Amino acid sequence: MVANRDGILDDIRRSQGRDGPIDDQRAAELRARMASPTRNLLPARADLPASEVIDLFQSMAESVFATVDRVADMSAVPEVLTDYLKRENLPAQVVMAPDPSLDDAPWSDQPLLEIRRGVPQESDMVSVTSAPAAIAETGTLAMFSGADHPSTLNFLPETHVVVLPVDRISKNYEDVWDLIRQRVDAGEMGPNERMPRTVNLVTGPSRSGDIEQTLLLGAHGPRRLHIILVDTDETA
Amino acid sequence: MSGSTTHQFKENAERQLADEDLRQALTKSKGHFTGGRQNAMDKLPEFDALRDKSRDIKEHVLENLDFYLETYEQNVIDSGGQVHWARTAKDAQDIVLEICRSVGATSVNKGKSMIGEECDINEALEANGIRAVETDLGEYIIQIRNERPSHIIAPAVHLTKAQVEQSFRETHTHLDPDRILEEPPTLLEEARTVLRKKYFEAEVGITGANFLVAETGSSIIVTNEGNGDLSQLLPKVHIVLASIEKVVPTLEDASTFLRVLARSATGQEFSVYTTVSTGPRRAEDPDGPEEYHVILLDNGRTGMLGTEFQDMLRCIRCGACMNHCPVYQSVGGHAYGWVYPGPMGAVLSPSLLGVDEAGHLPNASTFCGRCEEVCPVRIPLPKLMRHWREREFERHLTPRAARTGIRLWAFFAQRPALYRWATGLQMRLMGAMGRRRGRFSSVPLAKGWTKYRDLPAPEGKTFQQQWAAQQKLGRS
Amino acid sequence: MENPRVALFVTCLVDLFRPSVGFATVKLLEDAGCTVEVPRQQTCCGQPAYNTGDKADTKAIARQVIEAFEGYDYVVAPSGSCAGMISQHYPALFADDAAWSTRAQKLAERTHELVSFLTDVRGVDGVGGEFSGAVTYHDSCSGLRELSIHDQPRRLLGSVEGLHLRELPDANVCCGFGGTFCVKYADISDRMVETKIQAVIDTGADTLLAGDLGCLMNMAGKLQREGAGIQVRHVAEVLAGMTDKPAIGEPGKD
Repeated sequence: MVANRDGILDDIRRSQGRDGPIDDQRAAELRARMASPTRNLLPARADLPASEVIDLFQSMAESVFATVDRVADMSAVPEVLTDYLKRENLPAQVVMAPDPSLDDAPWSDQPLLEIRRGVPQESDMVSVTSAPAAIAETGTLAMFSGADHPSTLNFLPETHVVVLPVDRISKNYEDVWDLIRQRVDAGEMGPNERMPRTVNLVTGPSRSGDIEQTLLLGAHGPRRLHIILVDTDETA
Repeated sequence: MSGSTTHQFKENAERQLADEDLRQALTKSKGHFTGGRQNAMDKLPEFDALRDKSRDIKEHVLENLDFYLETYEQNVIDSGGQVHWARTAKDAQDIVLEICRSVGATSVNKGKSMIGEECDINEALEANGIRAVETDLGEYIIQIRNERPSHIIAPAVHLTKAQVEQSFRETHTHLDPDRILEEPPTLLEEARTVLRKKYFEAEVGITGANFLVAETGSSIIVTNEGNGDLSQLLPKVHIVLASIEKVVPTLEDASTFLRVLARSATGQEFSVYTTVSTGPRRAEDPDGPEEYHVILLDNGRTGMLGTEFQDMLRCIRCGACMNHCPVYQSVGGHAYGWVYPGPMGAVLSPSLLGVDEAGHLPNASTFCGRCEEVCPVRIPLPKLMRHWREREFERHLTPRAARTGIRLWAFFAQRPALYRWATGLQMRLMGAMGRRRGRFSSVPLAKGWTKYRDLPAPEGKTFQQQWAAQQKLGRS
Repeated sequence: MENPRVALFVTCLVDLFRPSVGFATVKLLEDAGCTVEVPRQQTCCGQPAYNTGDKADTKAIARQVIEAFEGYDYVVAPSGSCAGMISQHYPALFADDAAWSTRAQKLAERTHELVSFLTDVRGVDGVGGEFSGAVTYHDSCSGLRELSIHDQPRRLLGSVEGLHLRELPDANVCCGFGGTFCVKYADISDRMVETKIQAVIDTGADTLLAGDLGCLMNMAGKLQREGAGIQVRHVAEVLAGMTDKPAIGEPGKD
């Protein structure tokens, strides 16, 4: 396999009229390009004042069949969640990410709501997670794997409820990459000082158009994606 | 199923043209894709500028491909993953099998991967007693029908729902034969239930990659169903199959492509799931694969670099070219006889299979230019098809009748006086013969034309003859 | 330019099959203040050889065209396909030959398709003619995508008295002609032209127009084979008010 590797790299170099790797100066330029990535063209769509960024996020998410509730603060989340489950005829039984930011909500206010924290099982119908970031441009949620967020929570249960403080909504995908880099540099992404293993950008519930291009929700991932937007001090 | 029937393109096309189900399915899908793309474009004023940017980034990558691949490789290793280099499809098969054996795998889940198709990974697994389960709904449907995908993003686009129903009934024999199954939602429901079980049984999950990010050593997949995610999160081992030109420098660069990919492909602003995977699960992660392998496939691509076909390596596999191609929309993807159909296949297949095998494809185009018009990375597809025709002509692979015909015509075209005399004579004859009806229903030397349409008769004297006569008379 | 000297590149198909389009072109150019000449050494633009991959013959024919058409203010062809060949493809043919490349480039810059030449170069915004009936218009691929010809013919047709234009759905989709494609891949070409004429029939128009004789002959031939009773003409004939000749493929008057 080493032969394969060297053969492929040699062929690439030959096609560029070189017999070896690119010269040191060029390599340094390319490394610099990666070390401080520049943003390419960003659509102007999300270039809005903060409150309108939130509105854009909501309308984009709704346009891809996510549903959205908006509440004043974390204290309202348990009740809104319970109402949502009732409305959708879902059991009051959820598997929730072991994410400390979800601990702020007064879950005990809803005594009938059964909560298990951790990795989902095949039988779990509803998952509840937070999202560390979201992108207004396309109504996209960003979720990072880690001790506090098993990635399977985003895919296995039929219903995924995401609690999203509105101050986590940014404009573009690039904002999320910067957030990840900041957290890695600050040692907040675990001990590895690297990207999380899995970054999921999620835009609406799962769907397929593979049978006669008929749009159907819930192909393998969740049939329903419900977002509870939580206003924060700056926006309240 | 493996092997190419590309050399029989004409026969394949003839058979496909006679397939009424195919015609019905294609008619349904066509407007969906073209209208969707137009709609998405209308909503994003920067779309064309993003296409330029996407083209430029790919060009930059191809010029420095060895550097970015090495950087990517190092970052995969640094994040705990393994990189394998495959010269050929066979190499890729061997590497996959070796990894499967190392964990004693008996079942493999597959997310949709065109490289998987290119390398016939399923056949290799099955031949070695390992069950391969396609989990993308479209791929699953064609797998149980033992077919190839007919489209690079909509593998089962050639089928009607009635055909899918029939296949499900034949395959899911453990279910009640009297169940109601004709509408797409019930079909999807059944596939979801059947496949859900299989997710938990596989030891290995294989996905493709839309992009590889050099900066971070990540692979990115873009899907709508979520199957690619379950396929990589649940099994112990995640294998990524990717060709070498998939690498991009940074996450920012990937973002630019992501902005044009779904819009060009399905008309969505963004696909439902864009997943960035970096290495195996970390010590603190509660789920995710324990091993992460990337197989980097060449399979003929290095041979395209530095040639007139390098532009083709910009392709991001969105399928817009085939969605807009009137030839593809007439014959469907299976006529092309291998993995890559439509205009992108007409350029790529001869590069990967050889022009002897795939020579028909670049010829089966009217050069209408719609593919180039919609390509998100601005690949000049008609120009590249023409390059293949030039190579075929140079190597005397052009069919003899066409070659002789064109050379004979060119002989006259380069001798204007002779040309005027010969054509003048012929047109007068044809004009006289055709005057009464105005057209011919059958012309011995133009059967290809008159098989399906009448040939309008010439008016008689050529323009050149009439003009010369008028000039002589002193036209004022 | 007050009174430009325009060389007419009549195109092989118009020359041989439908000279009346050539005369309609001459009339439209003269009405637009041009002096028209027809270089005698012209045969074809070389596209059949070019699209067959026969580069040597293509270049030989291109050199012949360049020599015959040098020295005029403009070169105009009643075809987007042939005008596109000269203006978009000739320069690339001689990329490795500096002397010919310059000559090809100069010719390319002065070469235009008829209708866009009238509107974009000569500033024509209307023609005097009249035509009674509902017409529909097919955008031929080369003109549309290589030369951006879309609005120009519609604008001029809009100035023809009595003419009612019905837009053709999928007017920008190829009719299946494609030069030698239509005989090499006759079955596929047939499916394409079948789809096209169905759309034409569905408009309810009684006349189909386009700017390229190849596409017109293909669509006319299919319409007639199917007995659709729709007349097919080159757009120049209608714009010049020269519709006294039978439509394409229609019987001559004895």
